[in-house]
Amino acid sequence: MRSYLKTLLGATAIAGVTLAGATAHAAETIKVGILHSLSGTMAISETTLKDVMLMLIEEQNKKGGVLGKKLEAVVVDPASNWPLFAEKARELISVNKVDVVFGCWTSVSRKSVLPVFEELNSILFYPVQYEGEESQKNVFYTGAAPNQQAIPAVDYLMNEGVERWVLAGTDYVYPRTTNKILEAYLKGKGVAADDIMINYTPFGHSDWQTIVSDIKKFGSAGKKTAVVSTINGDANVPFYKELGNQGIKAEDIPVVAFSVGEEELAGLDTAPLVGHLAAWNYFQSVDSPENAEFIKTWKAFTKNPKRVTNDPMEAHYIGFNMWVKAVEIAGTTESDAVIDSLIGVTVPNLTGGYSAMMPNHHITKPVLIGEVQADGQFETVSSTAGLVPGDAWSDFLPGSKDLISDWRAPLSCGNFNTKTGKCGGQGS
Amino acid sequence: MTNFIAGALGIRSYIFIAVIAAIVVVVGFLNLAVPETSSLYMSSYVVSLFGKYLCYAILALAIDLVWGFCGVLSLGHGAFFALGGYAMGMYLMRQIGTRGVYGHPELPDFMVFLNWQELPWYWYGFDMFWFAALMAVLVPGALAFAFGWFAFRSRVTGVYLSIITQAMTFALLLAFFRNDMGFGGNNGLTDFKDILGFDVQSDSTRVGLFAASGIALIAAFLLAQAIVTSKLGKILIAVRDAEARTRFLGYRVEHYKLFVWTLSAMMAGVAGALYVPQVGIINPSEFAPANSIEAVIWVAVGGRGTLVGAALGAVLVNGAKTIFTGILPEVWLFALGALFIAVTLFLPKGILGLASQIMAKRRERQATGAAPQPQEAD
Amino acid sequence: MMTFLKSRTSLLLFLFSLFMFVPATTSHADELADKINKLAEGGFNDRQKAINELAATGDSRVVPALEALGDGLLYMQKLGNKVVIVERAGSNFKLTDPITLEALGEMPKGALEKIKVNNRLRRAVRDALGGLQLNSKKPADRMAAAEAVFQSKDPDAIPLLDAAIEKETKADVKKAMLEARAAAVLSSDLDDTAKLDAIKVIETRSGRDSRSILLGFAANAEGKLKSAAEESAGIIERSLAAWAAAQNVWYGLSLGSVLLLAAIGLAITFGVMGVINMAHGEMVMLGAYTTFVVQDVIRTSYPQLFEVSLLISIPLAFLVAGAIGVAIERGIIRWLYGRPLETLLATWGISLALQQTVRSIFGPTNQEVGTPDFMSGAFEIGQMTITYNRLYILVFALVVLAALMLVMKRTPYGLQMRAVTQNRAMAGAMGIRTDWVDALTFGLGSGIAGIAGVALSQIDNVSPNLGQSYIIDSFMVVVFGGVGNLWGTLVGAMTLGVANKFLEPYAGAVLGKIVVLVFIILFIQKKPRGMFALKGRAVEA
Repeated sequence: MRSYLKTLLGATAIAGVTLAGATAHAAETIKVGILHSLSGTMAISETTLKDVMLMLIEEQNKKGGVLGKKLEAVVVDPASNWPLFAEKARELISVNKVDVVFGCWTSVSRKSVLPVFEELNSILFYPVQYEGEESQKNVFYTGAAPNQQAIPAVDYLMNEGVERWVLAGTDYVYPRTTNKILEAYLKGKGVAADDIMINYTPFGHSDWQTIVSDIKKFGSAGKKTAVVSTINGDANVPFYKELGNQGIKAEDIPVVAFSVGEEELAGLDTAPLVGHLAAWNYFQSVDSPENAEFIKTWKAFTKNPKRVTNDPMEAHYIGFNMWVKAVEIAGTTESDAVIDSLIGVTVPNLTGGYSAMMPNHHITKPVLIGEVQADGQFETVSSTAGLVPGDAWSDFLPGSKDLISDWRAPLSCGNFNTKTGKCGGQGS
Repeated sequence: MTNFIAGALGIRSYIFIAVIAAIVVVVGFLNLAVPETSSLYMSSYVVSLFGKYLCYAILALAIDLVWGFCGVLSLGHGAFFALGGYAMGMYLMRQIGTRGVYGHPELPDFMVFLNWQELPWYWYGFDMFWFAALMAVLVPGALAFAFGWFAFRSRVTGVYLSIITQAMTFALLLAFFRNDMGFGGNNGLTDFKDILGFDVQSDSTRVGLFAASGIALIAAFLLAQAIVTSKLGKILIAVRDAEARTRFLGYRVEHYKLFVWTLSAMMAGVAGALYVPQVGIINPSEFAPANSIEAVIWVAVGGRGTLVGAALGAVLVNGAKTIFTGILPEVWLFALGALFIAVTLFLPKGILGLASQIMAKRRERQATGAAPQPQEAD
Repeated sequence: MMTFLKSRTSLLLFLFSLFMFVPATTSHADELADKINKLAEGGFNDRQKAINELAATGDSRVVPALEALGDGLLYMQKLGNKVVIVERAGSNFKLTDPITLEALGEMPKGALEKIKVNNRLRRAVRDALGGLQLNSKKPADRMAAAEAVFQSKDPDAIPLLDAAIEKETKADVKKAMLEARAAAVLSSDLDDTAKLDAIKVIETRSGRDSRSILLGFAANAEGKLKSAAEESAGIIERSLAAWAAAQNVWYGLSLGSVLLLAAIGLAITFGVMGVINMAHGEMVMLGAYTTFVVQDVIRTSYPQLFEVSLLISIPLAFLVAGAIGVAIERGIIRWLYGRPLETLLATWGISLALQQTVRSIFGPTNQEVGTPDFMSGAFEIGQMTITYNRLYILVFALVVLAALMLVMKRTPYGLQMRAVTQNRAMAGAMGIRTDWVDALTFGLGSGIAGIAGVALSQIDNVSPNLGQSYIIDSFMVVVFGGVGNLWGTLVGAMTLGVANKFLEPYAGAVLGKIVVLVFIILFIQKKPRGMFALKGRAVEA
């Protein structure tokens, strides 16, 4: 029985040694945590973001690092497991002593790590389009808020004469919120309730026969119809395959998607999908010198000439450069100083303009609407005239229309209620 | 198999309890009393981590009780664990009060978010701790009772039972993913503030929860130990090894099974309830069949049919996972996969079984006329 | 010319006859070139006008330019603003004159600018082409043109249609043209009697598009016309509803066939051999990846073979998955016979390792598996749409099942296999090499899972997670049908598929699935060994 004791103690010791070993590194380098799933269901999207972060860090080190110190990437695998995200975030911050974390993809992973970043007062850059309704002191949202993606897309389609809308999404918080916002927006524009069909499907839904034929039916009411899709990653391939096979052409019923980018299209034969749309803040096809350079570096870094770039990658590019700049302004990597100096930082984005970090921790971005091409790329058919600032709290939801966020002193509040003049949501 | 359990039973239990108690005291002390600068200081990260392992150990005990001693392989124990977790999560959500982002006094954030006007009836009462704690035990218990009552009476056994337990947890997974259910959909319940008035993020609360998990583990262990060493336990083992024969001897097999099954589900519920405040989130993915399968694997790794082994397996596998996902993020699944294969092939009785065999051999060498080799049971 | 001829309709007619009888002059060609060059100017709205003007010429020489525009192959030379049709030739573009179709040499990509199109323009191009190709020599083109006019409902096309209908000799093309004319009439300013006739024509055509046209018309019509259109739309709706049940059965069978394919292999490894094979899904995934590799090789080396890529993949997928299956059996499973629950743990480990292997080799992202032409698209039976890929999958699933049954029931190997699984010791005593039978059986089950992967690659993601999404459903099917019985697997898969699809319209996809799962749980209480339980003492072992 001594052996059990030994095993138990041994396990404890192993854990202890790794933990202690990790902390032993002195601060000759600045550590950057990367919190993206490398296994499990989300690996399909997140692994790319880990690679892009490694590339950005390598490039920055070639330029001499930050504050004269080299950057060091610390990669962990939260394995698409949401509690594990929180645990790994804590490990990165308190054990590996990273100064900033780039990570998360799904809303739930972000929600899971929020309390950890708040408690340990570290910094998270979140690179994915999301449902909004959040603004936290320690988190910087470099992906699109609903007003930076959904609403311009719907505006474009309205201009194209669409009168009937299918809002199809995966049943989780991002599609739910986006569709709520869009429903309110469309009704505000005079669209009748009968002309809006809302449909939710589970994650990884693969049998789309019934729903696609429902869409067809809904589209045969004599009015121009479009589908606004917030269908999540995995379910898209079978969805588009079914659309193609049932003969729904983009000229008749276009589908505009908010979660389908170049990476997702890479798994599809896009010839039958030409003309379907996506709304993003970046497309690989955008013609700008920064983008050409970025794509070149990316292909060289991954040693794969076929690798594509996408919007969340650009978000990390922007976020990383913002962080570097803010650290240089602050002269330290200490969280509070960096958080303060991040607001107002402006860096070039990849679409030929500049993005700025706003007081609500969201950034300004152009909104591009692109059509799928036969080569798996998007062609921009419409873009907003200027930059659109991200709106943390939607104006179209009753619960949040009075809320604003401003992290500058003296307000320093993520959910300031302009009606009651108090920080703390709706209050009572 | 019964031989060697009985052989090492007494002393092993004492050691186990002593180790758990020691870990609780030492970790708590190193976290709270030792200054942060000291090399002996144990960070809150480690405290929560070990707290999580202890909760998993309780779950493993629960599974071992039905599988190791009664032959009922559940591939759905994660469901009971998650239900217990949700009960606790609901209490923690109600405790947030006006500190949510919308500051609504009654509704949790996600309900405000989705324009719910009032609290659904099944959220009533969860503002009281005792009620939530009761529900964390009763809801899994009730589900297990209903499920077991049907299944055992119909004499659903073996893989059929395993597969329908999987169906059960899968159905619950899909149900909880639905935002219309009122449990926060995929995002689940998170952003907890305090428990019984203590801040969940403070070090002392963490140590407190950790200690509570340790105590719960010891209590669960003692309870399970009491059951398996009693006459009831003997009958359970008889059911495991020869169900039909036990029935023919006049025992109402389904009653015994139902009792231990329901009890096991309640233990899993307790584990879930302790788990949630420590990891800070409960979400439908806890219902995923893969989680339940993994929990079964902990038991197998540690040693099926030995309570200490089950708990040990849970801690070891999860410890390995923590370490590998940090130091081998790209290939840790290989390591984990290889571990499972190796354990099944080379350590059919788990790590504890191996240890027992080594000891048995040593004893064999000392005494002539050794005890017969443990029989295979399935 | 506009001053002499009042409407565009008559202009079209005029130009049309002009084109028919007078050979085109050079100045005419210049004018055309100017009009084509206009496509490159301004935004989408200007471009749409330019397309309409081109269409209004009625000149069939604009067809190549418009087609190229629709396909995104029309470019403008940055120097001189000349519009050309391009074809990719390495990093350069091969240029073609849009009117004369003469080759104009090659140019680097940078010297050209793409003329952008969006859905609206593509639609405009389609409509324009519809009018222009009604007189094409090929019946298929004329059919497509009629269909395009039906969609565009362009009243200007009526005279063209009238002329075309008169000359048309093919009955089905003529019918399509008449229907297209009816659709055009509804959006024209012709009198009510013509429109009432048109409504009747469209009503007999039936189908979703017809309903859409009638409802669209009714929304802007009044009185008699409105009620007639609504009534006809109602008749179509009722016939659609009557067909909906049949359509639903089809969807159910199709879903069932996917479940069946996914489960057949498991019916062997789990059902017959009793191995709780958690790595089954990964075998399916390996089959899908084999298809990807085969297609990749074909694309780069033998592009002409693409149409048969799936046929090549089927035996290869069987061999790959089968060989890995045999290796797993020889290396791991054979030590675990008689301990079924432990096979669960080992195969779970194998499944993790296989997923990670594939992830390391191919990367975590989806891989593109193309669909050969014969599997693309759909056809209609009455009001029912049947997509070819689903039909082939259904047929394929049944063929695989039948072949497997033949192997099991009619070959010596099948006999040995059944003997070994029923009573290993006895079979061994009769001189059967049980270990080889075991290995082959596991290989067979895995190989069939691999074949299923080939089919599933056509409808689902090809990613390392592919297997995980089918494993639970597969187990449900096998258990529900009855372990060890292939008929049970067939009936189980089809029942679950149809039940799911019938619940989906009422309960939604999620609740429907939950209800089916609860149903399975309850069903197992009633029949603890599934629908088709094996009888006899073998079961108790």
